[in-house]
Amino acid sequence: MSAGDARGGGTDREAVRDIDRSPVANADVCVVGAGPAGALVADRLAADREIVVLDAGPRFDPADRLARQERAIRPSYDRPDVWGGGGERDAYSNAGERFYPLNHARVKGVGGSTLHWQGMVMRLHEDDFASETARGVGADWPIDYADLRPYYAEAERELGVAGASDNPYAPPREEPHPMPAFEPSYSDSLFAEACEELGIDMHSVPNARNSEPYDDRSACVGYGTCQPVCPAGAKYDATVHAERAEERGATVIDRAPVQRLEHDADRVTAAVYATPDGEEHRQAADAFVVACGGVETPRLLLLSESDDYPDGLANSSGTVGKFFMDHLFAGVGGTLDEPTRQNHVGFYTSACDQFYDEADAQTAPFKLEFFNYAGPSPVEMALTGDDWGDALLERLRDGYGTHVAMGGLVEQLPRSDSYVTLDSDRTDGHGNPVPEIHWRVGDRALRTVERANEIQRSVLEELGAEIEWVAGPDATGPAYHHMGTTRMSDDPEAGVVDADCRTHDLDNCWIASSSVFPTGGAMNPTLTIAALALRVADDVERRF
Amino acid sequence: MELTRRDAVAALAAVGATGGVALAARRTSDGPGAGGDAADGGEGGDSLPDEAVVRASMTAVATVLYPSEIDGVEAFVGGFLDGRLDGSTHAEGVRAAVGELDAAARSWHGAPVADLTERDRDRLLREVGADTAAEDPDGTLAERVRYYVVNELLLGLYASPTGGELVGLENPQGHPGGTESYRRGPR
Repeated sequence: MSAGDARGGGTDREAVRDIDRSPVANADVCVVGAGPAGALVADRLAADREIVVLDAGPRFDPADRLARQERAIRPSYDRPDVWGGGGERDAYSNAGERFYPLNHARVKGVGGSTLHWQGMVMRLHEDDFASETARGVGADWPIDYADLRPYYAEAERELGVAGASDNPYAPPREEPHPMPAFEPSYSDSLFAEACEELGIDMHSVPNARNSEPYDDRSACVGYGTCQPVCPAGAKYDATVHAERAEERGATVIDRAPVQRLEHDADRVTAAVYATPDGEEHRQAADAFVVACGGVETPRLLLLSESDDYPDGLANSSGTVGKFFMDHLFAGVGGTLDEPTRQNHVGFYTSACDQFYDEADAQTAPFKLEFFNYAGPSPVEMALTGDDWGDALLERLRDGYGTHVAMGGLVEQLPRSDSYVTLDSDRTDGHGNPVPEIHWRVGDRALRTVERANEIQRSVLEELGAEIEWVAGPDATGPAYHHMGTTRMSDDPEAGVVDADCRTHDLDNCWIASSSVFPTGGAMNPTLTIAALALRVADDVERRF
Repeated sequence: MELTRRDAVAALAAVGATGGVALAARRTSDGPGAGGDAADGGEGGDSLPDEAVVRASMTAVATVLYPSEIDGVEAFVGGFLDGRLDGSTHAEGVRAAVGELDAAARSWHGAPVADLTERDRDRLLREVGADTAAEDPDGTLAERVRYYVVNELLLGLYASPTGGELVGLENPQGHPGGTESYRRGPR
């Protein structure tokens, strides 16, 4: 696909500005990655310490967001084009049972994947932390819900979460959400009647999107393109904390992909990074926080192999890269014989967690979502097809207006044969082997996709819908939540990091990422990533 | 349904008026794989049509692309182009594509786009191949006309509230129409 035409957001001023990307002297902490985890850690530590953050991608100009939105709407751009993804920098390989579209699942740059995320922020359930004990499969986390609970509350305040306490299936919470929930949609009211007939409970859903002005950011104004870009800044993204960290004295260096971590037997000593001028630099620090997501984090550790760590840094357990997981999507959609008022906003407002904690060894936890954006967007329809004038308008009127759909997320179990490694046959623009993804999901997840489909189908049939598509076991795909590749464990032989997310092998190296999740649950992971990042910051502060 | 310059302002709020120099001279890629310096067309800067020709041609094409129940096309397109012809490389692409379309009109129909009958304008767009082409700012003439002329004008209309209302969606994707309409039932 083309990535040309500058107004579509393919360029930015930073590219031509002369920026000092040299290392910071006397750095206390070096954070690798300026996504939500790295930015939160940097922000939390910046007031009292010398912090430097290195990110592989650019610092995007906020003035380009409308242009990026145009890219999201226009058919000539793929999803990675919106934020300049792809190419040599982001090359990867697939060698697993299922294809994993990595560059659709991430954004590189200051803000990371929160730049394109949907912005749903649920807490994991209590049993998600004890899957092996409570459900008889998977692994127990070395921490439990109570350990993370205060950090969840803090993360909700940091991100700005609009939510309500009407969900009887959610884990216990101590205080209301920072903002009121978004009101249910018109189509929610249609679903509500059907769900009441079937005994299915609907409730609000927490959004990291401002339902009112919050933290000097606008309330949502309804652009309807949340995923992949919010021009209003009402949807949280990690530029909020990256910029705040800089205001507190941190240094954020963009376009600075870390090539390897230099180390001795028990400490990381420097992050070696490349800059656009072709130079390599060496950032020394007392402590390091690796926050590169579920694929680049294990890749960086594997690229940092040495005589001390011949199988990859921090990999004495042999589990770096292992247990790669994502959530599986389950969905059913169709049409009614009445208007359903879809595509006014790009987020959903009602969900159902009723079946989540019925999970056991045979059935995974799953959640259900009631879409507000079912069916085609008229403006996107208008830009394709060989008609215009009255014929086009007639096609748009026929195609828009009566769709309904439900989605859902399903947990996949951690499996040692689902993993990320290095592809020795292919290198990136710096000559480093690219990540090679081997993704497998397992029968429990696929059975549960089917179970979710049964419920979704029953709701749509109760509504009187003509069902037009089913995302079932054969058509499911990832929710772009890569997790699990440097798992947390109390046992140094079974995991990469301990309960504090500090590597077992290296005293001054932490990992803040969904890569530490021993299991994934079925809730969107970013609130848990944020809570763990705040907890990492506390631990770094305690020890350094 | 009447389109006004106010609708044009709303359309620009949706897809972005870049405001003069904001995106000008930005052609360098912000990501590997971005085709930063690809040519927009066969015409260099010297041969770009002047502003009046671009506006007249775009307005004339819009009368073909927009549904017949729409009035006020000239004011709408004029207002929309006020924001889009802003000195950016995108604006340059629009000018170049209009120039090439106009050249084709003169060559094949003996008159500039703006002077053709509505029927011949429709024919011209189809002869160029803009009806079946997929938009591509770096592509063939058909693909560039689809991108810079046809889809430019359709984007302006259908990302605006008035265009959305034609379809039954008063807050179309791309328009910051607030968070009330999604809660309202059909009228």
